[in-house]
Amino acid sequence: MTTELTTLLVELFVALLILIGAGFTLLGSFGLVRLSDLYERLHTPTKATTLGVGSLLIASAVFFTWREPGVSLHEVLVAVFLFITAPVSAHLIAKAALHQRTPSHSGLPPETLLEKHDGHGTRTKPDTDPKQKPSQTD
Amino acid sequence: MNELPETGLILNLALAVGFLLVTAAVLLSLWRLIIGPDQPDRILALDTLYVNTVALLVLLDIKLASSLYFEAALLIALFGFVGTVALAKFLTRGDIIE
Repeated sequence: MTTELTTLLVELFVALLILIGAGFTLLGSFGLVRLSDLYERLHTPTKATTLGVGSLLIASAVFFTWREPGVSLHEVLVAVFLFITAPVSAHLIAKAALHQRTPSHSGLPPETLLEKHDGHGTRTKPDTDPKQKPSQTD
Repeated sequence: MNELPETGLILNLALAVGFLLVTAAVLLSLWRLIIGPDQPDRILALDTLYVNTVALLVLLDIKLASSLYFEAALLIALFGFVGTVALAKFLTRGDIIE
């Protein structure tokens, strides 16, 4: 009787975590399609990574710890790696976008500030399209 | 489903819904990868795509009740990050290894 109850509770817990994780993963990709600007779009997939995949990995850890002898620690590796790399890749993408002067709704930072962070590489896109001048406001 | 009689009804239902939602997420990020107006948009979509694939592999592991695919998930996470860094660096510096 108690083992059946434990089984039911663990399954309910894992099912809840799976639903939360899958829901947040979908929300992250939905925001990626729905939002209108690259700098806005950078916001949502990070939440999908931390909350969505994080919940799924916790669900998997609970499930395998309950099912198999010993504590299951594979998931911690994936979780730690994803949690460390998600902000780094978002930062690098934002840097690449600023370097290319990807247009933004709220206007880009001043050109002098942007040039300071450009580095000495070649820009792949010809700059200063008059539409994207930072002084212009929408 | 018949090979795994221990996996209960609730868990199977949640797994089915989870597969549906994560597959929809993969398709949405694929859509952004196709229509993305700029190059950074496409890198971001690719980044999201591999994170969603890791989620899909974790779900598959729970479904099959075997930890066979964790190494695959770890490798996808690893090489996806390397790919994102390489692409972003290529856009920023015009070169990957200087």
